[in-house]
Amino acid sequence: MGLKQEEILLSNNSINSNVGEIPIDKQKLAAPIKSALDKYQLVPEFLKVRGLVKQHLDSFNYFVNTGIKKIVCANDMIVSDVDPVFSSGLKMYAAPILVNIEYTQGSRGVKMRAEKNDLVIGRMPIMLRSCCCVLYGKDEAELARLGECPLDPGGYFIIKGTDKVMLIQEQLSKNRIIIDADKKGNINASVTSSSEATKSKTVIQMEKEKIYLLLNQFVKKIPIMVVMKAMGMESDQEVVQMLGRDPRYSALLLPSIEECAGINIYTQEQALQFLEAKLKRSMYADRASEKEGRALSILRVVFLANVPVRSDNFRPKCLYVAVMLRRMMDAILNKDAMDDKAKQVLRCHRSYLFKNSRSLRKHKRLCGEQASGAIWQLISLLFEDLFKTTITEVKRHIDTVLSKPSRSSALDPSLFLRTKEIITGGLERTLSTGNFDIKCFRMHRKGMTQVLARLSFIGTLGYMTKIQPQFEKSRKVSGPRALQPSQCYSLGVEDLELLSGEELHTPNSFLVILNGLILGKHRRPQHFAVALRKLRRAGKVGEFVSVFVNEKQLNKSVVVVYVGVRILVILKHICLRVVGMHIFWKLFDVELYLCADQLCVYIASDGGRVCRPLVIADKGISRIKEHHMKELLDGVRSFDDFLRHGLIEYLDVNEENNALIALYEGEATPDTTHIEIEPFTILGVCAGLIPYPHHNQSPRNTYQCAMGKQAMGNIAYNQLNRMDTLLYLLVHPQRPLLTTRTIELNATVAVMSYSGYDIEDAIVMNKSSLDRGFGRCIVMKRYSGVIQKYDNGASDRILRPQRTGVGSEKMQILDDDGIAAPGEIIRPDDVYINKQSPVITRGSRITSAEPLPDKVALSSDRNENPCIKILIRHTRRPEVGDKFSSRHGQKGVCGTIIQQEDFPFSERGICPDLIMDPHGFPSRMTVGKMIELLGGKAGVSCGRFHYGSAFGEPSGHADKVEAISETLIKHGFSYNGKDFLYSGSAAYALSFSLCPFLGS
Amino acid sequence: MAGQEEERGDTKKKFSIFDLPDVPMGQLPDHLQLHRTRVLCNNDAPIHTESVQYSGAYATVGVDNSLRFDHFRNNFRVEVVRLTEEDMEFDMVGIDAAIANAFRRILIAELPTMAIEKVLIANNTSVVQDEVLAHRLGLIPIGVDPRHFEYLSENDQPNERNTIVFKLHVSCKRGSPRITVKSDELKWLPNGSELVKESTPSDSASKPETYTSFSCSQETIPEFAKNPIAPKYPDIIIAKLGPGQEIELEAHAVKGKGKTHAKWSPVATAWYRMFPEVVLLEEVEDDLAEELKSKCPVDVFDIEDLGKG
Repeated sequence: MGLKQEEILLSNNSINSNVGEIPIDKQKLAAPIKSALDKYQLVPEFLKVRGLVKQHLDSFNYFVNTGIKKIVCANDMIVSDVDPVFSSGLKMYAAPILVNIEYTQGSRGVKMRAEKNDLVIGRMPIMLRSCCCVLYGKDEAELARLGECPLDPGGYFIIKGTDKVMLIQEQLSKNRIIIDADKKGNINASVTSSSEATKSKTVIQMEKEKIYLLLNQFVKKIPIMVVMKAMGMESDQEVVQMLGRDPRYSALLLPSIEECAGINIYTQEQALQFLEAKLKRSMYADRASEKEGRALSILRVVFLANVPVRSDNFRPKCLYVAVMLRRMMDAILNKDAMDDKAKQVLRCHRSYLFKNSRSLRKHKRLCGEQASGAIWQLISLLFEDLFKTTITEVKRHIDTVLSKPSRSSALDPSLFLRTKEIITGGLERTLSTGNFDIKCFRMHRKGMTQVLARLSFIGTLGYMTKIQPQFEKSRKVSGPRALQPSQCYSLGVEDLELLSGEELHTPNSFLVILNGLILGKHRRPQHFAVALRKLRRAGKVGEFVSVFVNEKQLNKSVVVVYVGVRILVILKHICLRVVGMHIFWKLFDVELYLCADQLCVYIASDGGRVCRPLVIADKGISRIKEHHMKELLDGVRSFDDFLRHGLIEYLDVNEENNALIALYEGEATPDTTHIEIEPFTILGVCAGLIPYPHHNQSPRNTYQCAMGKQAMGNIAYNQLNRMDTLLYLLVHPQRPLLTTRTIELNATVAVMSYSGYDIEDAIVMNKSSLDRGFGRCIVMKRYSGVIQKYDNGASDRILRPQRTGVGSEKMQILDDDGIAAPGEIIRPDDVYINKQSPVITRGSRITSAEPLPDKVALSSDRNENPCIKILIRHTRRPEVGDKFSSRHGQKGVCGTIIQQEDFPFSERGICPDLIMDPHGFPSRMTVGKMIELLGGKAGVSCGRFHYGSAFGEPSGHADKVEAISETLIKHGFSYNGKDFLYSGSAAYALSFSLCPFLGS
Repeated sequence: MAGQEEERGDTKKKFSIFDLPDVPMGQLPDHLQLHRTRVLCNNDAPIHTESVQYSGAYATVGVDNSLRFDHFRNNFRVEVVRLTEEDMEFDMVGIDAAIANAFRRILIAELPTMAIEKVLIANNTSVVQDEVLAHRLGLIPIGVDPRHFEYLSENDQPNERNTIVFKLHVSCKRGSPRITVKSDELKWLPNGSELVKESTPSDSASKPETYTSFSCSQETIPEFAKNPIAPKYPDIIIAKLGPGQEIELEAHAVKGKGKTHAKWSPVATAWYRMFPEVVLLEEVEDDLAEELKSKCPVDVFDIEDLGKG
C-alpha cells in the first residue's frame, strides 16, 4: 500500500510536469543517495519568511494599506443634489478609521473652504499580528511580557470576545475565458471580469445553433452579431475572418449572421437602437451615459469589463469576443467530431477550474502570500458597500439640511459621518456572523467566518489554513468525508495536459494575454519564456512571475507569465524598459490581429494564485550546493537570498505543468528542471503530523487530519491565563517518540485480542496506568455573568452571600464579595455568583460533579457593564466510553478498564497501558502505524527520538524499517516487534506484538 | 519393485498395536511430557501455552497429574538471584506457573502500603492545579511499615493508629530564581493535623478541633521513635515554583491496597517468566557457531571445545 501511495504521488507529479512517465526504480528509491543534499533546512527558513498564516496577514495588510485607500479614493466625492458643497478625502486607517474631510460652504455666492481632519467614521476590526496590531513585529520576550503566546500565529479577528477566522475562499480565476456546458447542454463561454471600477460576468451562449450574449444589463439574450455590429464591426466578413479561415467556423457562425440579418440590423446605429430597446430599466439613470446612449456605455463599461476601451476604440473588445467565440466553437467542433472527446474537452475545462482550486490545496503549505487574495477582496467589498451606504446616508442628511428653507447654522457634514455606526456595526456584524450580504455587489454568502476553535493548537492552525471550497456542489465526491482542503495531498489531478490543447492553428503565432487582456502576438514563445525566467531569476522581475510553456503533441505552446498584484506595475515598466527591448519589442512589433487558435501567451497579474518554491535544476543538477546550505545554517544566507540569487524560484500551477520536478535529487534526470525542497511539504499542517503517512491508506490519513484537531494538548504558552469558553488540557503531555510536532501521550500498547471488550475498535485500558495519571485531562469551562444596567436606571448587583438561614448551604463556596472563590469544590446546585437583578434574584448553577473554580476575572464589556467570568476546572481521568486515537485515524473508545494484575505482561515485566484489537489493521491498512509502533519501541529501547516524516526515507527524515529492526535486535527484542506475553489472569502465555507508541 | 511393495504390505499387515514397546506405566510419553512441561516458541506464536490442570488428565497412561502438597513441599525451592534495596529476583523451582502468577498478583494488588489519600490545601498559587498536585503526592512512596497501622474505615476518626500526616509548606520569594519542590519537603507531623476546622465554634477552653484526633504523638510509638516517617525517596519532584508562588498543604496518608488504586501497590511491577531453554536442533560448529554467537545481542550462546578423540 505504501508503495502504491508513492506511485500515485509520483505519477501525479509526472502528470504535472507534463512528461509521460518517470520510470520508478524501487531499488533506487530504497538505495541511499550519496550526493543528496539535505535541503530540509530550507523549510523552516521558508516558514520563517512566509509563515503559515502569512496569506491572511498579507492580505489584510494589503487591504489596510492599499485597498481601503483605493475604495475611498474611488468614492471620494459627496455632491449634494441641492447645493454642491462637499468632498472628502481619506487619510489614515487604524482601528478607528479616520478621514479628513474638506468641504465647501457656499452662502449667498460666497464660497468658503473648510477642512476637518481625523474624523472617525467607524472602527475597523484588526487582524492579529497584522501591521496595525499592537503585537506586530514584537519578539518572543515582548510577547511574553504582554501575556501573548509567541507561537500564536495571528491572522484572525477578535470580535465580541471570540476569535473569528475568515476562511480562504476558493475562487475562479478572474478575467479568464471559461468554456462550460450548462444543464441543457448549451455551450457557454463565460468571463468573470473584474476591474477596479466594475465587476461583471459576461456569458456568450450557443443555443439552438445561434450564439447569444447574456449580460445582466439586458433583459433578453442578445444575438452576438448585433453586439459585434454595435461595437462597430459592421462587416460580417470581418467577423468571420477574425474567427479563422476554416469554413467550419464560419458555418457555425452562419445561423447567427442570418438571425442578425433577419431582424434587419446592418449598421452600428441600428444595432445600438436594438440594444437600447432591450435594456433593463434602471432606477437611477446615469447622466453621462444619457448623451451617447446607455447601450453603448454598457458595452463600454460592463460588457467584458476587463478589456478597457480607450478613446472609443472597441476593437480590443471585438477581438476578445472573437477569441471567446473561437474557443467555444472549438469545443463544439470537437464534440461533433467525437462525442467522448468532447466530453473530455469539457471536463478539461472544468478540471482547469478545479485545477486552480485543487492545486491551491496542494500547494497550500508553502504557498505564501499568493494563496488568497480573497480576504482583502472580501473585506474591501464589504467595506466598499458600507462606505457607499454611509456616503448615501450622509448625502441624504446634507440634502435634508440644505433643502430646509432657513438654515440657522452653517452645515457641518462631519456630524453626519457617524450617525448610524454603519461601518462599525456592519463590519462587526458581518465578521461575527460570517454572513456576507453585500447589496451593491449582489453577494450573499454564508459561513465566511468561523469561530477559531481553541481546543488544540493543531486545530487552530488547521482552521487558519482551511480553504472554503466553492465548487462543492458540482463535485460528486463531496460529502462529509471528502478531502479536507488544508490537509491532504491532492490526488488525481487529471487531464492537466489537455487543458489548453484542443485546437489546431498556424504554428509560430502566439497570443499574448495579460490578465485576460489581449496584448499582442509573439512568434517565439520559448525564447520569450526563457528570457523571462532568466530575468526573474536575476531578480529583475518579481519573484512570483512564472513562465509556462506547454508543448503538446501538436507542438503547441502556451506561455503564461504571471505577475503578483503588487508588482504588476513594476513589471509593466520593466517589460517596457528592460524586457521591452528584447521581448516585448517583438510583441508589439507584431500587428494586433487574431488568428483562430488558443496558442497564447498569458500574462496574468492577479493575486490569489498559489505559488510554491522549488529548487532550480540545470539539466538535472541542483543549483543549491553544499556551501549554500552551510551558509544557511551559519545564518549568512537567508531564504530571500536563495530567491534573489536564482537558486529557488516560485512556480505557480501553470508553470508547474511546464516543469519536470524531481522528488529527490537522486532522481533527477537531465530533463529535470526543478527539484522539490522536501517532498513532505506537499502535505498540510495536520497531515504533516502523521508519521509515515505514505504507508497508510489515504482515507486513514484524511480521518486523522480531522481527528488531529480534536486532540488534547497544549494550545498556547499562555493557556493558563486565557479565559476560553472551553479548554481541554492534558495533565501530563509528552513528546511523541516518533517525532512530529504534537504534544500527545506515549503509551505502551499491545496489539492483541483480549477479553472481548475490544471488539469494534474498542480499547482495553490498564487501571493502574490510569491511577498513575495516564491520559488525565483538565477541562476548563467559562461561565460569565454581566451586571446589566437597565433603562430605568436600575442595575444588577452582587450581594454578600447569606451565611446562615435558607439557601446558605448553596452559597458555601462564595467569598464575601458574592463571587465564587477559586479552589473551592463546587457541589451540585451551588451558586457561584450571587447576583440580584431588579426583578428576581438568581444565581447561576452548574450541576456536574466536583469541578472547581480555577480563576475569576472581572472586566467590563463594551457598554461599561461590569462582567464576571469564572473559569471552572474539572479534572477527568479516562473512563469507559472515552475516545482515544493514534495518529493514523484509528480511533477507538475505551471498552473496559482492567486492573494491572489482570493485564498481560512481557518477559521483561513490561505491562501495556492499553490494548488494541489487531482486527483494526487488516481492513484499515495503516502500515504507517505498524512502523510507528516499531519505531516507538526502538525509540524507548535506545533512548533516541525516531523520525517519521512523509516520504522521508530517501532523504533521511524518516527512519527505515530495517534500521528500526536492527535497533530492536540490538536491544534484545524481536526484529518484528513481537514480544512474548504472559496472561495476567490465567497462567498461560500469550503472544503478540507489543510496542510502545503514542496516542492522544 | 513389485516385490518390495508386497513386502511393505506384509509389514503393514503384521503391524499391531500390541507389538509396540510398552509405555512404562507412571511415565508420560516424551511428546506429552514436552507438552506438559514446556511452552514451545514457534515463529508465529507459542504453542502448548496452557498447562494441564486436571488431575486425571493422564489417568489412562497411569500418570497422576494431581498436585500433591507433600510432593510440592519436598521439591519446591527458591533461590534468590539478586536482592537489592529496590530489586529482587529469585528462581522458583518446582512450581506451576499458575501459582507463580498468584504470587505476582498478590504482590501487585493485595499487599497493603501507606499512601497519601487526602490532601488539604491551604494555599496553592503554583501552576500545578490542586487536583494534579494531590495526585502527584498520592504516588509518592512512603517509607513506613504498614503493619503498624490499621485500615481507616469510613466511620473511623483519623487517629495515630491509622493516619500519617505530612505537611508541605514551600514558597518561592519574589526575585529569587525558580525552585523545585521535592519530596523531602514533606514534613512528618507526628502530632497529627495542625489545620483547624473552621466550622467548630472556637471555645477558648477546649483545644481547637483539627482534621485528625491523635491521642498521642506518633513519636512516642516505639517503632517510629528511632526512624521517623518520611517519603522513601527524597528527590521526587512534586512541583516547581516561580517567584512569588507558594504551596501550603497537609497530606494524610492511610493504609490501602493496590487493588483500590495503584498508589498503594508496593511494587512498581512484579512479573514472572518461565525458565528459558534453547534447544539446538543440530550441533553448530566452527564458523557457524561463531556467527550464531555473535548474532545474539544478549549473549545466550557460548562456544565450547569439542573434545576430539
